[in-house]
Amino acid sequence: HPQVQGSLLGSVNPDLASERQTASFSVEKLTAWLDGGTEHTRLRRAVVEAIECDPVFSRENQYFESQNERYEAAVRKAVHLQKKMDEMGWTENGPEFKALSGDLAFLLHRIFTRSISMLGSDQQIAKWIPLATQYQLIGSYAQTELGHGTYLQGLETTAVFDITTQEFVLNTPNISAMKWWPGDMGRSATHTVVFAQLYVNGKCYGLHPFIVQIRSLQDHSLCPGITAGDIGPKMNFEHIDNGYLMLQNVRVPRENMLSKFCEVQPDGTYVRRGSQKINYFTMTTVRISLILDEVVIPLMKACTIAIRYSVVRRQSKLKPGEQEAKILDYQTQQEKLLPQLAAAYAFYFISDYLQELFDRGYREIQRKNFDMLPELHAFSSGFKAMVTQYSTSAVEICLRACGGHGYSLLSGLPSLYTKIVASCIYEGENTILFLQTARFLIKCFMAASTGQPVPPSVTYLAAVTPEKCPAKNKLDFLSPDIYTEAYQHMAARLINSTAAKLQDLVQSGVKKHDAWNQCTVQLAQAAKAHCHYITVKNFAETVEKLETQPGIQKIMKHLCDLFALHGIFSNAGVFLHDGYISGAQMDMVTASYLDLLAVIRKDAVPLVDAFDFTDKTLNSALGSYDGQVYQRLYEWAQKSPTNKQISPAYERYLKPLLHKTLSKL
Amino acid sequence: PPRALVINDPDFQHEDLNFLSRSQRYEQAIRKSSLMVLKLREYGITDPDEIYWFKSFVHRGRPEPLDLHLGMFLPTLLTQATPEQQDRFFMPAWNLEIIGTYAQTEMGHGTHLRGLETTATYDPATQEFILNSPTVTSIKWWPGGLGKTSNHAIVLAQLYTQGQCKGLHAFIVPIRQLGTHEPLPGITVGDIGPKFGYDEMDNGYLKMDNFRIPRENMLMKYAQVEPDGTYVKPLSDKLTYGTMVFIRSLIVGDSARSLSRACTIAIRYSAVRHQSELKPGEPEPQILDYQTQQYKLFPLLATAYAFHFVGAYIKDTYHRISGDIHEGDLSELPELHALTAGLKAFTSWTANAGIEECRMACGGHGYSRCSGIPDIYVTFTPSCTYEGENTVMMLQTARFLVKSYTQVSSGQQVTGMVSYLNDLSRQRIQPQHVAARSVAVRINDPVSLVEAYKARAARLVEAAAKNLQAELNHRKSKEDAWNRTSVDLVRASEAHCHYVIVKLFTAKLAEISNAAVRAVLTELCLLYALYGISKNTGDFLQAGILTDAQITQVNQRVKELLAIIRPNAVALVDSFDFHDVHLGSVLGRYDGNVYENMFEWAKKSPLNKTEVHESFHKHLKPMQSKL
Repeated sequence: HPQVQGSLLGSVNPDLASERQTASFSVEKLTAWLDGGTEHTRLRRAVVEAIECDPVFSRENQYFESQNERYEAAVRKAVHLQKKMDEMGWTENGPEFKALSGDLAFLLHRIFTRSISMLGSDQQIAKWIPLATQYQLIGSYAQTELGHGTYLQGLETTAVFDITTQEFVLNTPNISAMKWWPGDMGRSATHTVVFAQLYVNGKCYGLHPFIVQIRSLQDHSLCPGITAGDIGPKMNFEHIDNGYLMLQNVRVPRENMLSKFCEVQPDGTYVRRGSQKINYFTMTTVRISLILDEVVIPLMKACTIAIRYSVVRRQSKLKPGEQEAKILDYQTQQEKLLPQLAAAYAFYFISDYLQELFDRGYREIQRKNFDMLPELHAFSSGFKAMVTQYSTSAVEICLRACGGHGYSLLSGLPSLYTKIVASCIYEGENTILFLQTARFLIKCFMAASTGQPVPPSVTYLAAVTPEKCPAKNKLDFLSPDIYTEAYQHMAARLINSTAAKLQDLVQSGVKKHDAWNQCTVQLAQAAKAHCHYITVKNFAETVEKLETQPGIQKIMKHLCDLFALHGIFSNAGVFLHDGYISGAQMDMVTASYLDLLAVIRKDAVPLVDAFDFTDKTLNSALGSYDGQVYQRLYEWAQKSPTNKQISPAYERYLKPLLHKTLSKL
Repeated sequence: PPRALVINDPDFQHEDLNFLSRSQRYEQAIRKSSLMVLKLREYGITDPDEIYWFKSFVHRGRPEPLDLHLGMFLPTLLTQATPEQQDRFFMPAWNLEIIGTYAQTEMGHGTHLRGLETTATYDPATQEFILNSPTVTSIKWWPGGLGKTSNHAIVLAQLYTQGQCKGLHAFIVPIRQLGTHEPLPGITVGDIGPKFGYDEMDNGYLKMDNFRIPRENMLMKYAQVEPDGTYVKPLSDKLTYGTMVFIRSLIVGDSARSLSRACTIAIRYSAVRHQSELKPGEPEPQILDYQTQQYKLFPLLATAYAFHFVGAYIKDTYHRISGDIHEGDLSELPELHALTAGLKAFTSWTANAGIEECRMACGGHGYSRCSGIPDIYVTFTPSCTYEGENTVMMLQTARFLVKSYTQVSSGQQVTGMVSYLNDLSRQRIQPQHVAARSVAVRINDPVSLVEAYKARAARLVEAAAKNLQAELNHRKSKEDAWNRTSVDLVRASEAHCHYVIVKLFTAKLAEISNAAVRAVLTELCLLYALYGISKNTGDFLQAGILTDAQITQVNQRVKELLAIIRPNAVALVDSFDFHDVHLGSVLGRYDGNVYENMFEWAKKSPLNKTEVHESFHKHLKPMQSKL
């Protein structure tokens, strides 16, 4: 954003500068530790710099553009990125890609490519991948339908094998079977991977992937039998052309069914090879990677904006005769924001934990050992659900904590919120994911209680813990052993009691699936409790490993305590329920929790500075590093089209209204 | 005129707003508002309630640029202008030669009014006020209709006369030239840019540089500045409470309506959507048959009903005592003021979260603008901030609660909704009171549950008051002590409001004469009360109001009630009687033909205007030829 003459932009607001002088730790060291070393920090910064100085990637006008303009900008940027990747030798999985914070088209093109690499035969890979990498075609990935999402077996699109022509005939048998939501499909894609129920000789073989061309490679017009378009405006992702697709007797050659695992032979024989289980693994990969990129990073940005704004905004007086107080000095404001900051750190660490678990699992799978798959699947589901749900509400709290100005798009918070909130649905609806985790936990609990081996992460289900929390005063609740054990006890109790309830129902003659449905509210709660426990435990262990960096360890310990105590404070009932924590102990928890707010308050700004987002990445009038909030709001508002273009409303309607000539309309 | 006539009036039709740009939406809104004003006159509608309904049909419950003119500018003239000022301004404003707005909030200050910085300095030499925006933070920011529509504004400014600041006062300020609509010299005015919602509203900014207005433009029915600059004080400052109570009661009603709309959409859609399987081999069930889906939606449905009754109660109470207010009897105002502050916050927070839960209960399709819920949410969510930021509101209620508690502690009796505090002093004589009472709660009896909520509120108010006293005993300043207790204080206010709502809902049941209606509303009332307990078990357990075993029963009973309410769920939202046009949702249509209509809706998307998007020729094709 160009500086206006006489503008304060760039010189740091003293209210923010003072916050940075009193940091109890080195921000630079914390940043380096979060990045995984100073070399990583240097590399990341270089990449961000390279991208942000390129005007094509500018997001300056993002908040003022229409859906059509956003889409065009996304295509322009994606095309430019492709060129730049070739020039600079960047790779798809490199840090450059992550530095682009949004508004890019062709994300589904990458999924298209990935699905062919994973599900296609060697010949199919040899044929399609070069075309895709050189953008001779643009791909999409069409799974979700109007009528079905997470429940894949319910998808209705059909692919019938026609032995006479050696083709599959694809159809959308009714309106709810229309493909709906796939990104890049509304306007851009020429090809897509369509998931359809395969029929051979009248027999249904379930869902299979087919490569289908939908638009002409010459003039981009729709192919015969294809109806496709954009599904219309959404809460966010205006830049992506999420699309619909209807197929009427669309024929594709037999070779277009992706056939690494299943094949229909020319005579109609259906052959299955390899393990289907690996399909789980793709979903697991996506869920784990989205936690950091799509959820934790936006949460960190929201915290940065809200906390910086809260030390610039002064409102009312704390002491008579003094200057108005920074709103972050109010206990209620601290209680809104600081637990969210602690959660951002907690989830950053849990994403590391999941990545490690995943890497271990992947090594096993390469050795053809699939034992870890159920655990990986259960963990990726549960944590995806917990982290997205928690972070979504956290970002919304940040938004509302900024009062009226948070409601302006220029704050950056509404778009962070509408983006993160989508993550509660995509890649598996959260309630269903919690129930999948619960199924795994109940199974493990049954196994553990009969002495069978279970994965190390769930051995606690059979562990014997004390009946009562041993804490004697409020300081005891700053001991990770004390609160981790409380969480462990609570999670084990919820899983245990739900399992008992299920058993009771079944023994009293209720059918298994009915019993399951009657317990789903409890089951989801139990799964969430398990994930919460692991998150607290992992945070505490991460802090413990920091002993070589005492400065950082101290502040991380405070955050860990805050995260844990906030969870007990806000879910007091489940800890009190069986008397594990007594009423008097709950008062100690509250006291310690509120004390911590004041302690962390002092380091709040350094803690968000350490996330090291550039102003361009944040794209927020409230959250910039220099804290010139009001000046920036005023200057950005001038750029609004409502101020630059003359609205026809005055001449057409207002003038006749004011001049009493409206009846002539 | 009947609702269908207004809704189907060809003058009020236009393309789906979701497909229009901000400028286009503003233009449509202005067009409809202009015609609406003419038609209101044509039909001879002058009753405020009727105007409200007419407006909500024309604009389908959405904000519009004349809202502030009709809702704030005109009423303020009526209540605060002198007869001479009414002669000059009221009729031109009534006839819309003058379009006005109400400019209070500034960039730097909102709820904390004393912090506003705009100044109006009286110059006896010319008998004028000189208006100034001395800092960036003093720029008026947010007033609706200010950016592009209004030619006048009632500006709130710190009055300076004879070298002294006399606090905030209201001034009528012309901002645009009549005829050309150009800003007047000394006035900088414009639109504040895009927001989360309120696309059709030109929320604006206003900066004034030595802008002079005649002395007679200060609203002087109460406070006055005489020609020589002598300041005459108003009689009472409690009068402004009346307006605040009224506006906050509207927000409570709006919480109920917005949540009802979201519930209508989510529940109807959940009856149409089939997914997965409950029993092996059977067809896919309606998603409303899943316990988890019922658990998401039915407590919100019960909440929507509860808030309807609360909104009606406050409105009635306000009307009941507004006669007294006119007579100068303000004795009931402080309690009502404290109560509405808290209820405004409680209901808007709950509805805000509830709307989002409804949307997420619609899965992916809830995320599409065609569901209508994103729009309900972005339009509703600012009510957590405007007309008093919610946390500040809760603390205002808390101040009243602590004051009442202190009165009781010093032996006085208190009355009204806080009279339960009187019991605290009695209980103090018998220290074992609570444990003895816990068994008494009957979880199937709403009246008994009201008692449980009462006990919880009493305990949390007492705890907060004691913690405040403990902080004061640590020789903290009053303000420090208050700040260090504010989390407790907010909890106490929330518990108090929760109690009031359960109490009002329960009281309403007795007024219902139709047995079937009373039965179903009793189920909803029980669900509301029991769900509230199950979400706050900590409070009830810690205070010994309920035992572990009772909590288990409560959780079980909540699930039973879900199944009991299930057959009536659609009927209960149909009773809200939202017209499809008003609901603005493809998922929530009365006829339930969701999927066909989603397809029809999508075809109208701006990206679909041409078969091949221009980006293909501009970007895609050149790239393909280069690679």
